[in-house]
Amino acid sequence: MAESIAFTLNGKAVRVNVARDRTLLWVLRTELGLTGAKFGCGEGHCGCCSVLVGKKSVRSCNVFIGDVEGKDVVTIEGLAKDGELHPLQKAFMANDALQCGFCTPGMILTAFSLLRDNPQPTRQQIVDGMEQNLCRCGAHARIVKAVETAAAEMKGGGQ
Amino acid sequence: MNSPISSDSEAAASPTSGVAPLLSRRDFLQRMATGIVVVVALRDAELFGAEEPTRPVANRQGLPTDFNAFLRIGEDGRITCFTGKIEMGQGPITSLPQMLADELEAPIDAIDIVMGDTELCPYDAGTWGSLTTRAFGPAWRAAAAEAKLVLIELASEALGVPVAQLVAKDGAVFDPKNPSRRKTYGQLSQGKRIERKVTVKPTLKEPSQFAIMGKPMLRRDAREKVTGQAKYSGDIRLPGMLYARILHPPAHGAKRISLDTSAAKQIPGAIVLVDGDLVAVLHELPDIAESALGEIKAEWDLPKTGVNDRTIFDHLLKTAAPGRVVKKDGDLETGRKQAKRILAANYLNGYVAHAPIETHTALASFENGKMTVWASTQSPFGAQREISQTLGLPLEKVRVITPFVGGGFGGKAANGQAVEAARLARLAGKPVQVMWTREEEFFNDTFRPAAVVKIEAGLDDAGRIAFWDFDEYFASERGADHFYDIPHHRTQTHTNGPTGAPGTHPFATGAWRAPGNNTNSFARESHIDALAIAAGMDPVEFRLKHLEDERMIRVLKAAAERFGWKPAVGPSGRGYGVACGIDAGSYVAAIAEVEVDRTKGTVQVKRVVCAQDMGIVINPQGATIQMESCITMGLGYCLTEELHFSDGAMTDTNFDSYEIPRFSWIPKMETVIVENNALAPQGGGEPAIVLMGGLIANAVHDAIGARLLQLPMTPARIREALQSAPATKPS
Ligand code: FES
Ligand code: FES
Repeated sequence: MAESIAFTLNGKAVRVNVARDRTLLWVLRTELGLTGAKFGCGEGHCGCCSVLVGKKSVRSCNVFIGDVEGKDVVTIEGLAKDGELHPLQKAFMANDALQCGFCTPGMILTAFSLLRDNPQPTRQQIVDGMEQNLCRCGAHARIVKAVETAAAEMKGGGQ
Repeated sequence: MNSPISSDSEAAASPTSGVAPLLSRRDFLQRMATGIVVVVALRDAELFGAEEPTRPVANRQGLPTDFNAFLRIGEDGRITCFTGKIEMGQGPITSLPQMLADELEAPIDAIDIVMGDTELCPYDAGTWGSLTTRAFGPAWRAAAAEAKLVLIELASEALGVPVAQLVAKDGAVFDPKNPSRRKTYGQLSQGKRIERKVTVKPTLKEPSQFAIMGKPMLRRDAREKVTGQAKYSGDIRLPGMLYARILHPPAHGAKRISLDTSAAKQIPGAIVLVDGDLVAVLHELPDIAESALGEIKAEWDLPKTGVNDRTIFDHLLKTAAPGRVVKKDGDLETGRKQAKRILAANYLNGYVAHAPIETHTALASFENGKMTVWASTQSPFGAQREISQTLGLPLEKVRVITPFVGGGFGGKAANGQAVEAARLARLAGKPVQVMWTREEEFFNDTFRPAAVVKIEAGLDDAGRIAFWDFDEYFASERGADHFYDIPHHRTQTHTNGPTGAPGTHPFATGAWRAPGNNTNSFARESHIDALAIAAGMDPVEFRLKHLEDERMIRVLKAAAERFGWKPAVGPSGRGYGVACGIDAGSYVAAIAEVEVDRTKGTVQVKRVVCAQDMGIVINPQGATIQMESCITMGLGYCLTEELHFSDGAMTDTNFDSYEIPRFSWIPKMETVIVENNALAPQGGGEPAIVLMGGLIANAVHDAIGARLLQLPMTPARIREALQSAPATKPS
């Protein structure tokens, strides 16, 4: 049964008319036309569907749209501010931390959440924090490097 | 990176912006009516010394057929190049323009690239086999070199300066004696319609002349990929499109005996289509299509084959063909007589999935008798042919467009999803997207074949290998042959066809990153290690003693030096392993350090040093990344990856039970590119991965004194091997 659900998406107020138990991932990818969050496994194993809800990364394939009502949702499309890339995005580029790029949006948003909780992580903490995100192309080592670079760049700013 | 070519109304979205926007054939030909167009045929092997591997003739159709690559210089000075290759992470979107810019003396930002569109790009067999740089690169560069010659000739005419006096640089031709005498490429192509085919081998730059090639470069698609703008097949939207979910059998070989779609049809908006074997639910929302599929009731007759992931190896040996000699020298019987000590072993390797994070996806639209399909494929022309054959459409009525591909590794040479989408789009009369679920990806994949390798080898009095008898069963010939100096040896294949005759494997098999070579190299390098130990020698020294090939000696020494190798007879308890291999024309050697938890049976790879000679290196940064990626991905088939199945049904359906490498697995990686500018560029996307099995198995043996003869080296197998292994000396 469709219901009107309002929340903030990439800084703008949005309202969708959908059943509450539809997943955030598919509502984003269809009704809302944002395809940056990817489908990789549909069961919470890969992390390539990650988005931020209240600045914390969640797996949008595992979240009901009804649960984000009134919340602040950010997808990879909303991370850059006025065309200025987020330090994580820049660091992923500069460190060649991507190949096919399919895992990249989820990696960046998971790292965002990680740095927000822990602005100056050790290498091991980065590895632990990223552990549940999968990359088949084998970009891991460079992703860790990119997160370190971004952390240094943000100087503990965690934003 | 905008294209000079206007986009076309039939396209709902430009698939990528790093790739030029879509354009229709008509627009395309119109644009081609002016400017300088240079085409080059890769078939002219004598021109380039390399050729794409020959595929069956049926695969060779497609338009155009008389050339493989071309580029056009427009009046605005922009250079557009067209290739049937695709970008799936391995980097040609950057390396191909890099080659072009360098040979053509043009700024790289002036270059647009159109990839993998069957209507616009010349025929290409597919992006695989580490061939893009190796086989395709010379022709591609030749087109650019030829274009430069044309431009210089034109400038000579326009400026009244002899050709020999002119220099091309930064997108212009000028006279160094009087730099005001200068014409840009755009000016030179103004009002011209020049078409050239490369017929004589142009002089390509020597590595010492590279200005753009050989230099690290940022990926051209990086910005799109970090901002979520990059479009993959599943991201394309067309008005009125529907999402399909397809009913798949519970097991390979299952026969459907009943079907009840009535409940699914009750779901508002759901359309059920049944076309022979193909049963699908279509809906304008993918998740609703998914739940509607759950309402379909089907009964199946399940096969009872008795073949599962444990019995498969016996099954394979039973179905194998008699041995066919791939290579031999000397006389095995003589060798056997000389041998004082004989070691024999059977090495086993299970089925492995490609598991790209992007599942097979396609969007098909059928309008006015023409099928357009956006597909995640490594083989757009292959997909075009399959769709045309299945749907009975003429080839020119099928257009396949390849947006960014989210990983392939050989798995996206198969295009089942594109055919499904095309069939459904024609039936539904609306655009249809098919995106396989992870479970479907683990079911429909063309798996790397399970295989057995039997090796018998002997040592003579002096600790040299006297004979080597190698038989591979379904690993494939690639990498079966060894490169050691052994007087009496024979290598045989028992594989009939690329991966075996029908009925061999319980499901589809195909090429997986460096097909076959992973298994063959695992067996060979494990056995060499065992021989070194039997001879009481250090494994690096033992290999060097049996090597004559200078390239291999160089890479092995380079790896040992970077690692800081100190000779010891194994098992030393240090957890050090070494392996060598050849793939796609590249030579590679690696040394690893591992730590094994004897109680749990787990392996932590701590450090991998890898040295590679891949001829001339076009993009060193790209080459390094590919080596790291091979090491990382390779850990999967070493340690965990193996498909579990029984009677045609898959037990592994997602990443929870089929484990691929994670962040915590990643060792410290050090890569060494061993310079070899005397040799044309060789393949770089696969070689290092072939070493990983033998490398880690040898390191594990060095750590715990137990030899694992089967991949992956799961904790259970390690614990089992430990029980039967003699106690090792502590480190
Ligand atoms: S698609 Fe959500 S975790 Fe994989
Ligand atoms: S870059 Fe391809 S999956 Fe991570």
